Amino acid sequence: MRYSIFSLAKAALSGHKGWTRAWRDPQPKKHYDVVIIGGGGHGLATAYYLAKEYGIRNVAVLEKGWIGSGNAGRNTTIIRSNYMLQGNVGFYELSMKLWERQEQDLNYNTMVSQRGIINLYHSDAQRDAFARRGNVMRINGIDAELLDGEQIRKVLPFLNYNNARFPVMGGLWQPRAGTARHDAVVWGYARAADSFGVDIIQNCEVTGFTRDQNGKITGVETARGTIGAGKVGMAVAGSTSRVAAMAGMRLPIESHVLQAFVSEAIKPLIPGVITFGAGHFYVSQSDKGGLVFGGDLDGYNSYAQRGNMPVMEDVCEGGMALMPMIGRVRLLRQWGGIMDMSMDGTPIIDKTPIDGLYLNAGWCYGGFKATPASGLVFAHLLARDEPHEEAKRFRLDRFRRGAMIDEKGQGAQPNLH
Amino acid sequence: MRIACPFCGERELGEFTYLGDAAPKRPMAFAADGAEQPEAQDLFFDYVYLRDNVAGDMTERWYHGGGCRSWLTVTRNTTTHEIKAVHAAPGAGAQKRTKAGATS
Repeated sequence: MRYSIFSLAKAALSGHKGWTRAWRDPQPKKHYDVVIIGGGGHGLATAYYLAKEYGIRNVAVLEKGWIGSGNAGRNTTIIRSNYMLQGNVGFYELSMKLWERQEQDLNYNTMVSQRGIINLYHSDAQRDAFARRGNVMRINGIDAELLDGEQIRKVLPFLNYNNARFPVMGGLWQPRAGTARHDAVVWGYARAADSFGVDIIQNCEVTGFTRDQNGKITGVETARGTIGAGKVGMAVAGSTSRVAAMAGMRLPIESHVLQAFVSEAIKPLIPGVITFGAGHFYVSQSDKGGLVFGGDLDGYNSYAQRGNMPVMEDVCEGGMALMPMIGRVRLLRQWGGIMDMSMDGTPIIDKTPIDGLYLNAGWCYGGFKATPASGLVFAHLLARDEPHEEAKRFRLDRFRRGAMIDEKGQGAQPNLH
Repeated sequence: MRIACPFCGERELGEFTYLGDAAPKRPMAFAADGAEQPEAQDLFFDYVYLRDNVAGDMTERWYHGGGCRSWLTVTRNTTTHEIKAVHAAPGAGAQKRTKAGATS
């Protein structure tokens, strides 16, 4: 069923009883051309682009729980392309462009809202660094504007401008950045992929790989039986090391927990996304009215999907320092997600040394904004066996070659990225 | 998650800083006679970049910066955050007297 104002009106007139399932719930087949492990945003987007752009429709997406139950439903929904290093710039701008037409592409309301992001700066040196970043963005055709303190006061009058340690001197603004509804993104890709014949198979945990005598991957063993595959793509950020270990691989990845928070709903307050990097705090406001915010990683390896109190305190202190009136709202919910932290803070999208196994991993805490482009370039890799133009630097062997893409300049200490 | 420091007793997590997995050992770039080890590049690549990323019990290094400033070896389950053992790390601080009075 195609969604439109007419389908809505028609359903309304019949008491909204005519809505059908948005995607099927099929039994797994014996064999697929491509099996994608992981029914998050990235896995479903990959299946969608495989079917739509590359004509490969005999595809299954295997998800151990329900689709979108991992990081796709745990992020803070921010989309942006304010990157500086070669490799990242083009990729994230490709993603931004795909966000801008996503609702039309998918025929689904993913609530993409380009409400802008402002990264605050607090010193002359930080302003210069942001000016440089903004210039790199503009040279590459990405929108960026450097705002001074007066301009920030006009759009964000509620900030604390008397912070002696980190005075708000201005900010780098990307107007085209914003937010999207993360669950709708998952559902939109699932529905669109399903319409091309992709099988979305939930409650189907992968427990191993099947291989031929040459070591080539021939399929996966799952909770619902063995499923043959011409190629297998992994899109399981957070659990990448665990799945890769089933194929005998060690990767340049650590799993860390990142917490996020949402307050009770209040009237519209925050116009876009505000980041206060110096205070380990960022915030936006959802369409429901809740303040959605977060900060740094907890800092220790974890697969537990929950964090600890010191970081909750640290994030809330950052919020109080930036906008003291946030202390008047109550915290509604708090949760944790498992981040695939790579050794340079940049993702890995590449063939593995194992024939037939492809890797989409290492998203650190920046995976959501990448969802559309990640799906497109991973589909390209799976279909053509060569990297997409915008992902050719996200190679697995870049650490050995010394070709890291380290946006933050922290080196191989993943809990600092 | 609270860590029972052998020198200071049980303290809150904010006092500690995490280094990571205690298992990787820095390889030797040169043999005892000064000759370069042929496999040194592979060994260093492995040491710097590759991780077991254990799901389960992991032995790791923590630094008690907000307390006695000792390096600790902590055995912790990464899927539950349960801490099974805490010892002074070998090297600096390891010979200090623990709270219980014994040297470790």
